[in-house]
Amino acid sequence: MKYGQKRFIFGFLFVPLALYTLFVLIPFVSSILVAFTRWRGVSANITFNGLNNLVRLVEDDLFWNALANNLRVLVSLPIITISMALLFAALFARGLRGQRFFRITFFFPQVLSAAVVAVLFGFVYHPTIGVLSSLLGALGFRQFANFPWLGETNTVLPAIIFVAIWQSVGFYMVLFIASMQSIPTEYYEAAKIDGASEWALFWGITLPLMRDTLRTALVFLMIGAMDMFAYVSILTNETGGPGRAAQVLSSYLYGEAFRRQNFGYATMLALVLMLLVLGLSLISLRVGGQEPLEY
Amino acid sequence: MAQTIASKTPIEAERRAARWNFAAILKRSPIYLVLVTWALLVIYPLAWTLFSALRTDREIMFTPWGMPTVLHFENFTRAWTKAGIGQFFFNTLLVVIPSLFFTLILSAMVSYVLARYEFTGKRIIQNLFLAGLMFPIFLALVPLYFIMQFLGIRNTFHGLVLVYIAFSLPFTVFFLVGFFKTLPRELMEAAIIDGATHTETFLKVMLPLAQPGLVTMAIFNFLGQWNQFILPTLLMDNSGLAEGQTRYVLSQGLYFLQIQQQYANDWSGLFAAVSLVMIPTLLVYIIFQEKIEKGLTVGALKG
Repeated sequence: MKYGQKRFIFGFLFVPLALYTLFVLIPFVSSILVAFTRWRGVSANITFNGLNNLVRLVEDDLFWNALANNLRVLVSLPIITISMALLFAALFARGLRGQRFFRITFFFPQVLSAAVVAVLFGFVYHPTIGVLSSLLGALGFRQFANFPWLGETNTVLPAIIFVAIWQSVGFYMVLFIASMQSIPTEYYEAAKIDGASEWALFWGITLPLMRDTLRTALVFLMIGAMDMFAYVSILTNETGGPGRAAQVLSSYLYGEAFRRQNFGYATMLALVLMLLVLGLSLISLRVGGQEPLEY
Repeated sequence: MAQTIASKTPIEAERRAARWNFAAILKRSPIYLVLVTWALLVIYPLAWTLFSALRTDREIMFTPWGMPTVLHFENFTRAWTKAGIGQFFFNTLLVVIPSLFFTLILSAMVSYVLARYEFTGKRIIQNLFLAGLMFPIFLALVPLYFIMQFLGIRNTFHGLVLVYIAFSLPFTVFFLVGFFKTLPRELMEAAIIDGATHTETFLKVMLPLAQPGLVTMAIFNFLGQWNQFILPTLLMDNSGLAEGQTRYVLSQGLYFLQIQQQYANDWSGLFAAVSLVMIPTLLVYIIFQEKIEKGLTVGALKG
């Protein structure tokens, strides 16, 4: 019996663990070594070069440019997405006619691949065949007829951030609706008897009790803001936009690795990206870091 | 308060109620304005793509926002055959079907063992899977590329299947461990006392009970693997293939077509290609809407 059980456990774990080790664990662990090497491809020699990659990174304007763009996404994407999703969820909280239609519509972009959405918005933003410029032109905004939204340094990053918002608002709305519905109605009734306004109820009861969900949303969106790979590489054709105005760390490091064969340096960039993601997640989990709410 | 209500006749009360309703609708019109605006912003780009897919290049160039006059369904045929959307679909299915199947069965095996048995090294294994949830995939790209190259399975469909499975394991295991823990322990013990082996107990008793959790994970992973972009971009190219053949999967192939478009100028075909990718997703979503919403949000609700 005991012998059979050991064999059973081993038998069940062996294949999945082997796959996981080979394709996930070994790449992650070895990347920490690769980040400190100079390596330009299969045939070339791998040589350790100490902290040189780190020095190069600190002096690399393109790195700081990409990081700055990531930060721009980081301050705009979560705030706008969460505010809009909260607004929609609050509007639905009362039950509305056509609620099902709006909910299905708003969520749908989330089901599509980010790559498909990016290709689609490549059309929308196109200067000649794009519907945005041509509609604005037809409405009388002559300066925007044939405007290259993805070809101007001022508009390329906001245009890409909008795509990310467009795709994710419905997802967070559904998440927030579920969270709002799990708040016991007695809380509201008690506050209403005390004469609290709708607005006061929202700020005083709904939001504080949604704290865990809001925090999860924040972590997810921050991770998303540090990614952006599919949007940026597709909408800028892997150039990072005019003057690299939309280049982010993920697309920059991918180009460094697989277009310019700087494998060691690219991995150092990835290592920095990982530390940033981990740091951000830890900070936001600590913010208001009380025990999970139970009610 | 009670007095004023009592003093109203039923007709007056009814009229009051009707007026109140009208007022309520008026009061709600800003709400609808907000919702309709966003609904239009979501629907219009999708609808515009579908309309453009049915127009000619000349019409698209001349009035991008216009409606189709004659429906040009041949754009779809051209996208499916000449642009290769049909081949991309086939390739995607060839990868996603086996990888989804093995993701579920392998994750269920690991999760069941982790949820129900005590053994040395259990904590380490649990933590290794949790670690896989935290790291961004970008960190693994360079080593993964060379491991696949070294094993000779880069640019192969079975290679991509193995990578999809491996990267799907951490979350699926995390979810299913929680699920198996909620299943009654007595059933498993009863089966073992009745003389069933551990494997039989798993296959005949626990796996059927875990079906709701498996369905949720099937949807979650299906969408994740179907929509995957960075892994196929990293691991699949068309080197060594004859003209007209491709290893691309859907999202990657669509991007490839968009790049090609800069030289080819077949806008209507490209719109048709995007529509061909969108329409099945839309249909599947409308049919399984609630399950899909649950399957996708489960990650955030659990985490």
